[in-house]
Amino acid sequence: MADRAQPLNLSVWAGGLAAALILTLTLGTIAAVLARAEGSFALGAGDLAAIRFTLVQAVLSGVLSCVLAVPVARALARRRFVGRAVLVTLMGAPFILPVIVAVLGLVMVFGRAGWVSGALGLFGLPPVHIYGLHGVVLAHVFFNLPLATRLILQGWLSIPAERFRLAATLGMTPRDVARHLEWPMLRATLPGAFMVIFLICTTSFAVALAVGGGPRATTVELAIYQAFRFDFDLSRAAFLALIQLAISGAAALLALWVAVPQATGAGLDRTVERWDAARPGLRVLDGALIILAALFLLLPLTAIALRGLPEVLSLPAGVWQAAWRSLCVAGLSVIVTVVLALSMTLAITGLRNRALAKGIEVTGYLAVAASPLVIGTGLFLIVFPFANPADLALPVTALVNAVMALPFALRALVPAAQEVEARFGPLADSLGMTGWHRLRRLTLPRLRRPLGFAAALAGALSMGDLGVIALFADPDAGTLPLLLYRLMGSYRMDQAAGVALVLLGLSLLVFWLFDRGGRVDADL
Amino acid sequence: MKYLLPLMLLATPVMAQDKPVLTVYTYDSFVTEWGPGPAIETAFEATCGCDLQFTAAGDGAALLARLRLEGTRTRADVVLGLDANLTAAAAETGLFARHDLGDVAYDLPIEWEDDMFVPYDWGYFAFVHDADLSAPTNFRALGDSDLKIVIQDPRSSTPGLGLLLWIKAAYGDAAPEIWQGLADNIVTVTKGWSESYGMFLEGEADMVLSYTTSPAYHLIAEDDASKVAAPFDEGHYLQVEVAAAVASSDQIDLAHEFLRFMVTDGFQSVIPTTNWMYPAVTPADGLPEGFETLITPQTALIFPAGEAAEARDLALDEWLTALSR
Repeated sequence: MADRAQPLNLSVWAGGLAAALILTLTLGTIAAVLARAEGSFALGAGDLAAIRFTLVQAVLSGVLSCVLAVPVARALARRRFVGRAVLVTLMGAPFILPVIVAVLGLVMVFGRAGWVSGALGLFGLPPVHIYGLHGVVLAHVFFNLPLATRLILQGWLSIPAERFRLAATLGMTPRDVARHLEWPMLRATLPGAFMVIFLICTTSFAVALAVGGGPRATTVELAIYQAFRFDFDLSRAAFLALIQLAISGAAALLALWVAVPQATGAGLDRTVERWDAARPGLRVLDGALIILAALFLLLPLTAIALRGLPEVLSLPAGVWQAAWRSLCVAGLSVIVTVVLALSMTLAITGLRNRALAKGIEVTGYLAVAASPLVIGTGLFLIVFPFANPADLALPVTALVNAVMALPFALRALVPAAQEVEARFGPLADSLGMTGWHRLRRLTLPRLRRPLGFAAALAGALSMGDLGVIALFADPDAGTLPLLLYRLMGSYRMDQAAGVALVLLGLSLLVFWLFDRGGRVDADL
Repeated sequence: MKYLLPLMLLATPVMAQDKPVLTVYTYDSFVTEWGPGPAIETAFEATCGCDLQFTAAGDGAALLARLRLEGTRTRADVVLGLDANLTAAAAETGLFARHDLGDVAYDLPIEWEDDMFVPYDWGYFAFVHDADLSAPTNFRALGDSDLKIVIQDPRSSTPGLGLLLWIKAAYGDAAPEIWQGLADNIVTVTKGWSESYGMFLEGEADMVLSYTTSPAYHLIAEDDASKVAAPFDEGHYLQVEVAAAVASSDQIDLAHEFLRFMVTDGFQSVIPTTNWMYPAVTPADGLPEGFETLITPQTALIFPAGEAAEARDLALDEWLTALSR
C-alpha cells in the first residue's frame, strides 16, 4: 500500500476536509448558538421524557422498517416483471416528500375519514385510529421503508450471479440459499440501513406530533424548538442539540461495530438468475408482498396526486419560478453531496488506520441527526455579521441539504467501494494502477450504480426539504417547499395541493434521471 | 456549477438605487403575493419616496427570536407581526423605540394603550366547523360531547398558545379540569395551524382551532358558505397584532412614518381580505361584504401584556399534565 501513498494521501486529505466541514456544520453551529447563550441549564423531567420518546419511536421505526424491507427487497430481487423499474422508482417517493404533504397523504388514506376507514365502514367496522405511538411508527415506516428496501436490494444485487448458479448446481433449497448467501449479506447490510433510519427518525418533529396525538409525542427536536422560540433559552436549545448528537453518534458507532463486512468472491457481472425461487408457492408469496408494499406506499401518493391534479393547470406563475429555484438548489446539492461522499468514501476505504476511517464515517452520519433548527440558527449567527442572510439563502440551503443527504450517499457508496477494493484491489495493485488512473478506470465505473443512487437521493431530498431556507429566505425568492408552506398558511390548501403534485413530480423526475444515469446497463 | 451560480444570482432581487430603504421584518404569510404585503408596499412607496422591503421570518414568535439573535446590529427598521402576548418580552429587550402616534381612534374590542407597539389588526380565536353541525356553546359542552377537534401545539404555534390562554383566562384555576374534559375530543395536536386546518378540511375532525374570521375566507375567496365559527358563551380570546419601530434603525423617521401610515386607510383597507383579520381602524368604506355574516363574541378575553408570560408558563404546565396522561 505504501507505494501508492501519493494519491492515497490526496483522497485522505479530501475526506478529512469533508469531515471537518460537517463537524463545523454540526458542532460549529451548536457552538455558535452556545456562544450567544446566557445562563446555565439543567435537564428537566419533560426533557427526559422527550429523550425517552425520541429513542423509543426511532428504534421501533428503524427495526420495523428494516424487518418489513427484507421480504420486500427479496421479492423484488428475485422477480422480473413489466413495470418493475417504474415501481422501484415510485416506491422511493415517500422518502422525498415534504413532511406536511406526506402527513396529509397518510391521513387521507389511513385517517378517521380516510379510504381505509371508509372501506371498513362498508362492513360496519369502526374507523382506524392512527393517532399515537403506533401512528408515529406507521408514518416513519411509510417514509423509510422505501429507503430500507433500496439499501437492502442493493445488497442482494451485489451477490454475484455465479453464486446462485453454483447453489442451483448443488441443488440448494431456498432455505440453504438464505443461510449461505443471503444471511451473510444481510449481516453486512442491515445494521447500516437500521442506523440511517434511526438517525433520521431522531430529528422527527412535525410528523411525530401530528400523528402522535398530543404532547406525549414530544421529541427532542420539539423541546429544542420550544427552548428557542417559546423561552428563547439558547443554552437549553444548544444542550438539547448536543444530547441529540450524542445519542446519534453512539448509535452510528454501534451500528458500524455490529456490521460485519461481507467477503464475497468476485463474479463476472452476469444477470442473476434464481433457480431456487422458481417454486409456485414462492412466486405467489413474492407477488403478494410486492403488491402489499406497493399499496401501502402508493395509496397515499395517489391521494396526494388526485387532490392536486385539478389545480395544476391554474397555478400562479410564481410556482414555476420557485420550481426553477428548487431545481437549482437540487443541482448544487447533488454536486456537493457527490464530491463530499466520494472523497469520504475513498478516505474510508483507503485508510489503513481503521479507527480514523470509522471516525470519518461516523462524522458523515452525524449531520442528519443534527437539529435542523440549531444548524439553521447557528449558520445564521455565523453569516449574519458578514452578509445579508437573504442573499445567501439558496447556496446555504443547498449546502445544508447536501450534508443531510450524505449519510444515505455513504451508506450506498462505502460498502460498494469496500467490495471493489476487496475484489479488484490486488489485481489493480499488481498492474500498478494508481491515482487518477485507478479512480477513473476501476473505482468510478464500479461505483456508477451507487453513485447514481446517491446523486438521485441527494437531488430529490433537496427538492422536497424545506431545509434552512425558512430562516434565510427572501420573500421573493422562495423554493417550492417554502411556497407550499406559505400557500397552506394562507388558507390556499387547493393550490398547495397542486404545488405538492408539481413538487412530487419534479422530485421523482430528478430521482429517476440520476438513478437511471447510474445504471444504464443494469436492470435494478 | 459554473452555470448554476450565475442563474442563482439572477434569482436574487436587485437593490433599488438612490432611495432610502425601509426594511420591515414580518411573518411569512404577510409577504406572499396573496398576502397584504404587495398592496401595502405599493401604497406606501407612492408617498414615502422610499423603497419598502419586507423580510419574512416564520411567525410572530420566530420574528421576536430572530430580532433577539440579531440584537442592535439588526437590519430591521420596523418589526410588524408580533402578538400582543409577546409585547412585554419584546419591550424588555430594549430593542424597540416609542412611537409618536398620539391618540388614534382604534376600533378594537378593548382599550389599547401602549407607547411602543401599534396595533394594525385583530381577531378572535374560535373553533371552525361545517355549517350543518350543531356546535357546543362552551368548553364544558365541547368536553362532554363526542365531537373531534384538532388543535395546535402552544409551544410551536400562535393559535395553539391562544387556546391555552383562552381557557386559562376563562376558567382560571379550573383550566386543568377543562383540559381533562377535552382530552378525549382531541384527535391530535399539530405543529402549526396549516396542518390542523388541512386535516380539518380533509374531514379528519369536526372542528378546528382557528379564527372567527376564517369563514370569511371561504365565503369571499371561494364563494363557499359551508364553514362557520362556533360562538362560545364564556367569551373568545383576542389576538391583537402589533408593529413597532426598531430603536437602532438608521431610518427612524421613515420607520415612524410607516407606523403612522399603518393606521390609515391605505394600509387598513388591505387587511380584511388579505390577512383575513379585522383592521385596527375600520376604513372609511367599512368592512368588505361578507364580514357581516361572522359571529361577534360578546366578551373579549385577553391577559394584560405584563401578565401574559406568567399565565402562559403556568397554563403550559397544566396543559402538558392534562394531556400527557
